[in-house]
Amino acid sequence: MNQEALLEQAQKIVDQAKPNEQIEVCCASSTSTKIRVYGGNVESLTQASNDSIGIRILSKGRQGFASTGSFSQAAIDKAFADARDNSEFSETDEDLILAEPDGVEPTQVDTWKESVLQKPTEEKVAIALELEEKALAADKRITGVRVSSYSDGFSQVALASSNGIAVTNRTTQAGAAIQVMSAQDSDTRSGFGFDGGLESAEIDIDVILDRAVNRALNMLGSKQPDSQSVDLYLEPEKAATFFSLIASMLDGESVVKVRTPFANRVDESIAAESLFLYDDATDKDSKAAAAFDGEGLATRRVSLIDAGVLQGFMHDTYSAKRIGSKSTGSALRGVRGLPSPGPQALHVAAGAAGSEEEIISKIKNGVYVYDFAGLHSGVNTISGDLSLGVEGLMIRDGKICESISECTITSTLQRMLLDISAIGSTVKHLHSGVSTPPIVIKDIALSGAS
Amino acid sequence: MSQKLTDLVDKESIQKAIEAALVNGGDFAEVFIEDRQSNSVSLDDGRIDNLASSSDQGAGIRIIAGETTGFAHTSDISAESLIKAAQAAAKAISGANSTTEIQELNFEASPVETIKTQHDEITKQEKVELLRSANKSARQAGDEISQVAARYGEKNRSILVANSEGVFRNDDQTKTLFSISSVASGDSGMQTGRESIGFNVGYELFEEYDVTELAKIASQRAIDKLKAKPAPAGTWPVVIGPGSGGVMFHEACGHGLEADLVHKGASVFANRVGQLVASPLVTLIDDGTMAKEWGTYRIDDEGHVATSNTLIKDGILLDYLWDSKTARKHKHKPSGNGRRQSYKHLPMVRMTNTYLQAGTSTPEEIIASVDYGVYVAKLGGGQVDTTSGDFVFGMVESYLIENGKLTQPLREGQLIGNGPKVLTQIEAVGNDFQMGPPGTCGKDGQGVPVGDGVPTLKVAALTIGGSA
Repeated sequence: MNQEALLEQAQKIVDQAKPNEQIEVCCASSTSTKIRVYGGNVESLTQASNDSIGIRILSKGRQGFASTGSFSQAAIDKAFADARDNSEFSETDEDLILAEPDGVEPTQVDTWKESVLQKPTEEKVAIALELEEKALAADKRITGVRVSSYSDGFSQVALASSNGIAVTNRTTQAGAAIQVMSAQDSDTRSGFGFDGGLESAEIDIDVILDRAVNRALNMLGSKQPDSQSVDLYLEPEKAATFFSLIASMLDGESVVKVRTPFANRVDESIAAESLFLYDDATDKDSKAAAAFDGEGLATRRVSLIDAGVLQGFMHDTYSAKRIGSKSTGSALRGVRGLPSPGPQALHVAAGAAGSEEEIISKIKNGVYVYDFAGLHSGVNTISGDLSLGVEGLMIRDGKICESISECTITSTLQRMLLDISAIGSTVKHLHSGVSTPPIVIKDIALSGAS
Repeated sequence: MSQKLTDLVDKESIQKAIEAALVNGGDFAEVFIEDRQSNSVSLDDGRIDNLASSSDQGAGIRIIAGETTGFAHTSDISAESLIKAAQAAAKAISGANSTTEIQELNFEASPVETIKTQHDEITKQEKVELLRSANKSARQAGDEISQVAARYGEKNRSILVANSEGVFRNDDQTKTLFSISSVASGDSGMQTGRESIGFNVGYELFEEYDVTELAKIASQRAIDKLKAKPAPAGTWPVVIGPGSGGVMFHEACGHGLEADLVHKGASVFANRVGQLVASPLVTLIDDGTMAKEWGTYRIDDEGHVATSNTLIKDGILLDYLWDSKTARKHKHKPSGNGRRQSYKHLPMVRMTNTYLQAGTSTPEEIIASVDYGVYVAKLGGGQVDTTSGDFVFGMVESYLIENGKLTQPLREGQLIGNGPKVLTQIEAVGNDFQMGPPGTCGKDGQGVPVGDGVPTLKVAALTIGGSA
């Protein structure tokens, strides 16, 4: 189904609202191809098409939700009946309302490339095969490729509500990834690389190979370091991981439910003075640029931290109403879940520390981080406690040295924000939707051998 | 309850879809049909804030021709739609030069599930009251408790698997889940405590478990952590308590024993069958047949009957885990470990319930044997790089051991180690085996329910990330 048909479908369901009901319906349809190759052959070719629909019903401040993976009338009728019945059993919350159009003009964002729809399967297979072949030829210590893959697809989505919200969006994507394995003596390591964008022309095979192969080779022979204090060099991808954790402590829902240590700290200094952090899906350079948020309101720039001072939080309609304010257009949602506030296109402003080389040259004792391990178990965004496994390269007197593994870093997210000691001068717009330069966080406790 | 899948799709339309799938040749074709319904109730901030329902139905069609798999899926399980999906999947293997003789489907029904109380026999109001009572209990556990969230979930999954080898089987999988998390606030900031249970049972789960007790445990865990001291960074002897420590074996060696990773050279356990890979105290089992456990099923998502597989016995590696593709390629018997997240996903080798068999030591004597180290009462999630064997996992509840006794509660931190190395460093295994909380295992973007368990055990040296 195209956007217009999806919107019509959503509207049809919304029109069934009884006088005391508010209904919001999200309909989406997507098509994708995924190719995995192994040993010069196609290992699997998956043709997928997914339909999904989510129905939220508010009846006197009581919420019910249901979703289904089919547009058949029977499935939709069941979901509608379930959502309505579910709303009978939740408790009234007067702040729980659907978004109302607020007059903010949406930014026009084009995230659709026709080329994705026209690419022949053979060309897609060829990209994955080329990636595998080049990786195996890169170095004799590369012993194998676990998987080399190409995927692309397109999705269309529509959102309608009984408050007059009626928006659509469509987007294409293409990407390729590889995981290579390396071996030397009895040591085996792996490396992962990915690149992608709105269409396959944005895939740079050399970027993928560089990442995967360099990491797999550089980690060979890595040792557990002694426990010590280090400065962490976070390239943009790793800086994005860090700032995404920070952003998850700056959403309105965490604030109103007091699940963040930053809840009452607006106008206070919470980070290094050089840090400017904001969310802005209207920035067309961002890979997550979008016209609308998950409740159908226009996206806008939301300032979070200015010169180290906490400015405010990202709100959806509910969290904003709880504090007597207006949505900042920051609702995130999957079709099959409820909206909640969060970052759509997080940005860190460029700093003054220069290029990667310049930044590293000033580090006396540090770690160039390749990977964090245990992000889902070692970080608590309510207490701020952080303990993560780290793999990477030691930096001594400004020079990259040996690789390290089997060690962890320990701090709190609050402390790390204050200890940002360098912010690079060039912002990278990452596929994850985060835009950030590299950064350095100083004086982190690294635990390894006692 | 949804209608039975066997009433919705007939044998003839499945047989026709298999024929359509093999029209371009191929060694094997399979039709996987799934129906899943789930409902949840959630409480947050003192209020029942949502009830959600989700339903899905569809079919995935897979063809294997030599090294290549073609796959397509549809959310419409009508006869015509199955044939269309079969044709789409067949496109991927056009030019295959193998053929196979299609066997007549022979339906074998799985035994009926022994569910005492079906989810729909209980009103939504009763499920709401269950969470309210848990919320009340969690908040009464102490003045420090500042926030509580709780969730009840029920899932009903029915599958029907048929293939060109004549396999035609079904299974119904009923799951019930409860979780609660409390936040405690004090001078040192906020801390969290969580408790969850989940089994392959119906609503009778709550006859066996009292949610108000689980709520107290979660809150007490959060309150205790307010007073906790930083964990000592560095490498120490570690005693892991019964239950949740199973996640370490799941991460540290289970993944490395999955045949797909082994045969791509992506596992440190490749080519090591018959060798001593662990301390002789270690017997590691993956068992998909354990009654009621979270990772249990009667048949896997390829129609193979679930089995119990001893992977490591007395320290010696006996075998890997297999799905039908890896078993076919390496002429091995499938072990009933071919699983998929849904009809939209290809099956691959996955664990079920992975556990370390009980030993003979008492937990008291194990703890008493440590002069200075860490006792981990509860482990959180983990992650492993199967190629190197390096793993991490979070210590959710832990204590300092001084002179053979548990002393100070410790704040959250990370344990880090190397799977093959840790296996050889296990110095004691307790006689107090327990299964841990329900888990979700992620691999190549697919999540499936798994269980794990351990008795108390002692590792000579693990690196502790310490805490701030």
